[in-house]
Amino acid sequence: MKIAVPRELVSGERRVATTPEVVSKLLKLGFSVEVETKAGVHANFSDEAYKEAGATIAKDAQTCWEKADIVLKVNQPTKEEEILMHEEQTLISFFWPAQNEKQLRRMAEKKINVIAMDSVPRISRAQKMDALSSMANIAGYRAIIEAANHFGRFFTGQITAAGKIPPAKVLIIGAGVAGLSAIGAASSMGAIVRSFDTRAEAKEQVESMGAEFLLLEFDADEDGGTTGGYAKTMSKEFIDAEMALFREQAKEVDIIVTTALIPGRPAPKLILADMVEMMKPGSVIVDLASQQGGNCELTVPGEVVVKHGVTLIGYTDLTSRLATQSSQLYGTNLRHMLTDLTPKKDGEININMEDTVIRGATVTKDGNITWPAPAINVSAAPKAKPVIVEKKEATKAELRAEAKKKSLITFASVLALIAFILAIGSVAPPNFMGHLIVFVLSIFVGWQVIWNVSPSLHTPLMSVTNAISGIIIIGAVLQIGSSSSIITFLSALAVLIATINIAGGFLVTQRMLRMFSREED
Amino acid sequence: MIDGVVVASYIGASILFILSLSGLSKQETAKRGNIYGMMGMALAIFATILSDKVNNYELLIVMMLIGAVIGTYLAKRVEMTSMPELVAILHSFVGMAAVLVGIASYLDPNVLFVGTEKTIHDVEIVLGVFIGAVTFSGSIVAFGKLKGIISSKPLSLPGRHLLNLTLVIVSIIFAFIFLSTQNSVDAISSLIVVILLAFIFGALLVMAIGGADMPVVISMLNSYSGWAAAATGFMLSNDLLIVVGALVGSSGAILSLIMCRAMNRKFLSVILGGFGNKVSNENDDDEVAGVHIEIKTDETAELLKDAKEVVIVPGYGMAVAHAQHLVSELTKKLRTNGTNVRFAIHPVAGRMPGHMNVLLAEAKVPYDIVLEMDEINEDFPKVDVVMVIGANDIVNPSALDNPNSPIAGMPVLEVWNAKTTIISKRSMASGYAGIDNPLFYKDNSRMLFGDAKTSVDDILKHL
Repeated sequence: MKIAVPRELVSGERRVATTPEVVSKLLKLGFSVEVETKAGVHANFSDEAYKEAGATIAKDAQTCWEKADIVLKVNQPTKEEEILMHEEQTLISFFWPAQNEKQLRRMAEKKINVIAMDSVPRISRAQKMDALSSMANIAGYRAIIEAANHFGRFFTGQITAAGKIPPAKVLIIGAGVAGLSAIGAASSMGAIVRSFDTRAEAKEQVESMGAEFLLLEFDADEDGGTTGGYAKTMSKEFIDAEMALFREQAKEVDIIVTTALIPGRPAPKLILADMVEMMKPGSVIVDLASQQGGNCELTVPGEVVVKHGVTLIGYTDLTSRLATQSSQLYGTNLRHMLTDLTPKKDGEININMEDTVIRGATVTKDGNITWPAPAINVSAAPKAKPVIVEKKEATKAELRAEAKKKSLITFASVLALIAFILAIGSVAPPNFMGHLIVFVLSIFVGWQVIWNVSPSLHTPLMSVTNAISGIIIIGAVLQIGSSSSIITFLSALAVLIATINIAGGFLVTQRMLRMFSREED
Repeated sequence: MIDGVVVASYIGASILFILSLSGLSKQETAKRGNIYGMMGMALAIFATILSDKVNNYELLIVMMLIGAVIGTYLAKRVEMTSMPELVAILHSFVGMAAVLVGIASYLDPNVLFVGTEKTIHDVEIVLGVFIGAVTFSGSIVAFGKLKGIISSKPLSLPGRHLLNLTLVIVSIIFAFIFLSTQNSVDAISSLIVVILLAFIFGALLVMAIGGADMPVVISMLNSYSGWAAAATGFMLSNDLLIVVGALVGSSGAILSLIMCRAMNRKFLSVILGGFGNKVSNENDDDEVAGVHIEIKTDETAELLKDAKEVVIVPGYGMAVAHAQHLVSELTKKLRTNGTNVRFAIHPVAGRMPGHMNVLLAEAKVPYDIVLEMDEINEDFPKVDVVMVIGANDIVNPSALDNPNSPIAGMPVLEVWNAKTTIISKRSMASGYAGIDNPLFYKDNSRMLFGDAKTSVDDILKHL
């Protein structure tokens, strides 16, 4: 089948749906690839590079769309592009079916199969084609770069000859993919990073990226996580507590990056006008949700404005501002999707509706609208957690009781042991008691000595104790000279096997110990 | 040689043995410890041979020579992966020797005791041969299980606890007959019955224990062999035997204790048999349904190449696949690449205490990068890639977060805290405990299917 990659028509769009590297891999799947001329020019991929990778170059959009069986795009088709589309064509791109229902219907009427990259279900297996995450990652990174660009100071703290520079304090709201990426970028530039998220499962991830997770002082047990890995709308009490936290932070931090989105709704307003006013002059707010209306009341989508001395960055094209990287990741996401669509690697795609990932992403097929797909339930938070917490608390008191019981038992058994020895002592001859003293003392010595043995030497310890328990040979040696031939036979046999033990045990220990070596040796 | 000198040599030998065991506490002094052990043994044997109680030197020397040759051969030939088997078979020798010496001691016409002394001596004999016989047959079965001659699955006979109890009671009855009878034929035949019953008892005991509980069994048998030697010491009134027996006995007991703690199980429940099957049935409703993500060797190589901190978690699977040399090579390559590679060893990884350490040492992995569970567990969040090679239950998160799990409370290596965990495994099959491992379905886990050796080999090619 033939894959076409047209130039993106939306103004300001610099990304392209494929890269030369991806082209060569698509050819291996059995496809032929045609790229419209200058499609990759803004992402720094020349026509020559595509040609070298094995693609053909179409001179204009019309020729590009005409013969294509599959079209790879970044944005959903424009009106002009829709005219060029024809029946049985498969379109793979971002589509946003929820926002574009009319277009979705037109696609179905035209019998165009649409695989929407934004509808790929968020399950582990689909991570490699999760283009939203790829783009969010880039947007998060770029958000910090933009913030740094508009911020008048260093991110990292320094002590210089000219004086001390405090590190910048960055607050990141929403620790999704974009948020985590922003945390990573900001902390690697040396800033002090804090983050907040309504989902409890985000805490660990935030901390793993080296940021501090801000906890809300709030009584009710409310978790914003849902079974789709996205956040949901929270109760009023929760939001009040959240606002108080942001207000407090606004006075302190230099940079705020907001990434809070709730699927299918306008972005929640988290940074109100009064909070912007509270911020120090020269502070920066980057609003990653500006396309959905913004998390900050004062954001102007697509623009940079200064209000109350605070720079508000509302760019909606952050991924496009890193076009080479975005195209590379998006192209790879598309390639993974195509790999799953062509299980036989014969260049023929098979939209297998049994496959949960393909099912989820396919929004129109054979003239029918197949969106939304049935839900799949996966969440990263462990389910059994509350159970353990209760259990741990309950056992604290029990533990103490148990420890008490244990020491009682120990005490009782020591007493019993002494009584037992006394009982033996009252009847046994002194000779025996002498041996018993040796025995008991040796056990104590052994007990003290062995606890110090390093666990890595447990095997050598066993083989050496094995060898020395061959000391039983002494018993046999003493008997071997007996006048009775049975005794001689038995003890000769005992000598034989005990010697095997001694020789084998010591030698194998030596062999093992010789192998243990330090780095320098 | 006069008796005083012999006893003095025994004191010297005891001290040397104690020094030997304390030498093993650190890697640096371990070799010296082994040499102390050899010196002690040589001193004890020479003193005994030269004492005036011993004659028949020809037979003695021939036997010792044959034994030494066989022992040396075994020690040189054994592969490090089969160390547990060698240790098991050596335990059985000590057990057998105790039985033989016990019988011989009973038959010895020179030993004449009367009254309480006679009773005590007979009790010592019957106790010595009983422990010796249990050690012998138990070790033989353990050897068979480790070698794969006997199925490593726990054999649970119906009513086996009752059967074992009956065996012990009947043994005690025959022991009483042995102690009370005046007739020497009756006595010797009841002694032999006790031995036979002990053989069956020891075999059944170990048959009921499954493969992954072997570290406990091996250390338990180690302990028994010590007690058998101590009992022999009492029977012969020989303090050196008592000292050594007590040292070995307590050493084995401590090892068993450490192993049990590492599995959060009671010693008795390990000895009484493997994990119950009913537990896993109860678990059906909270089955960890999920999808695992596969990874190929080339991608694994990429991940390892980019990682700064790598931890390798080996398990019994690595020993089975004989992959330790390739793992060592992988380590070397990554280290020259500037990656910090370390190993995390769970106390019960493998089939005997310290098994993994020995394998890695054999493959020339420097021991200072091989760490214990407690030393490394806190570091996992800082680790980029964890490679789990042939281990399962020891990295199962349900031990910590699922109170209903059969392994709940067992300390495990918290590998899931690392950025990525790669699990090299033959299939999705569950481990010894027969329970599913939620680790495999975590978002940051990747499954690398295939034989450990071929997988590691392929990774090396891609590096």
